[in-house]
Amino acid sequence: MNVSDFEMISRLVKERSGLLLTEDKAYLMASRLNPVARRHDFKGFDELAKAVRLHGDEGLLRDVTDAMTTNESFFFRDAAPFDHFRDLILPHMLEHRSSQRSFRVWCAACSSGQEPYSLAMILKENEAHFAGWNIEILATDLSRAILFKAVEGAYSQFEVQRGLPIRLLIKYFKKDDDRWRIDESIRRMVTYRPFNLLDDPSSIGQCDVVFCRNVLIYFDLPTKSAVLDRIAGIMPPDGFLCLGGAETVLGVSNRVRVMPGLRGVYGLAEEGSGDLALAAG
Amino acid sequence: MVARKILENLDFRIEEAEDGQKALEACQRRMPDAVLLDWNMPVKNGIEFLKDLRATPDGERPIVVFCTTEDDLAHIQEAISAGANEYIMKPFDSEIIQSKFSLAGLL
Repeated sequence: MNVSDFEMISRLVKERSGLLLTEDKAYLMASRLNPVARRHDFKGFDELAKAVRLHGDEGLLRDVTDAMTTNESFFFRDAAPFDHFRDLILPHMLEHRSSQRSFRVWCAACSSGQEPYSLAMILKENEAHFAGWNIEILATDLSRAILFKAVEGAYSQFEVQRGLPIRLLIKYFKKDDDRWRIDESIRRMVTYRPFNLLDDPSSIGQCDVVFCRNVLIYFDLPTKSAVLDRIAGIMPPDGFLCLGGAETVLGVSNRVRVMPGLRGVYGLAEEGSGDLALAAG
Repeated sequence: MVARKILENLDFRIEEAEDGQKALEACQRRMPDAVLLDWNMPVKNGIEFLKDLRATPDGERPIVVFCTTEDDLAHIQEAISAGANEYIMKPFDSEIIQSKFSLAGLL
């Protein structure tokens, strides 16, 4: 791979997804784009790069971008945000949304669906408290291919053994040949649609809880700031934002603030969930 | 044994037993914090061992994690009903062992 091709494809991926590819990712680019080249009947990476340079069709550009995004995900990843969702965020919603009996959760980079399904299982386990409520889990991702897998809700034995307690596997999954298929009652709780975090999220609508975990780490600082500010723009004053363990808002956005005592959970800077933060601290 | 190496790397001290009966006797001599248990063992299989363990004084205490090739729901449900805390389907890797031991409260 020559430097010019690497830079050209890096630029394309950055423009379309925000993903920053540093030079040490050249090996990754080659290994991920060779299968794309084969799928599009190119002889190899060089021919693919040439087609991209000549403004290849939308399908090719989308496949190139999709292939370079990282889609690692597992159930109840890092545990703590899901504990906070169950133990602090849901009680907060129960108290502060009791008049409208509804709230919305957005998984902003849902990958293959483990995150929204983890939240759906928590909600299902707590459904007695929310009888008659309308709770929406909207899950989005840039990659249509990964959304297809998420909608399908079928996982390998390896995938269901990373983070998923065995009691939930028994309760909410059925074995289907060598896959484990999530129960329809959980699958129906999640709505999927493609969405690019570089776009204006006003079409998503107001979201009381936003999970946007382990995606900002792949963006440069201006992109991180813009994405966080846009997410803050669709959260109510007492909304909650959950980021990945390696992500922070400090020095990135002044619209979002750390919630003391709640690792990985953030609130809006203006005002709002201070009472909850104090209670948790 | 792969699991032994993975667990030693996680700072567990390991004692091995060659069959279910010897495993039970070892537990009766000195109750461990955790038991990693195969389903198919000579003399006394995993479920028989687990039922006997749970009926032993102090036998409710150890965290029991099955680690077996039996990967259907009926086997998993039977293990949980008999008192298993977690269940690993083979093949596994260190990530799965760590995840399951974390879920069981051992890490």
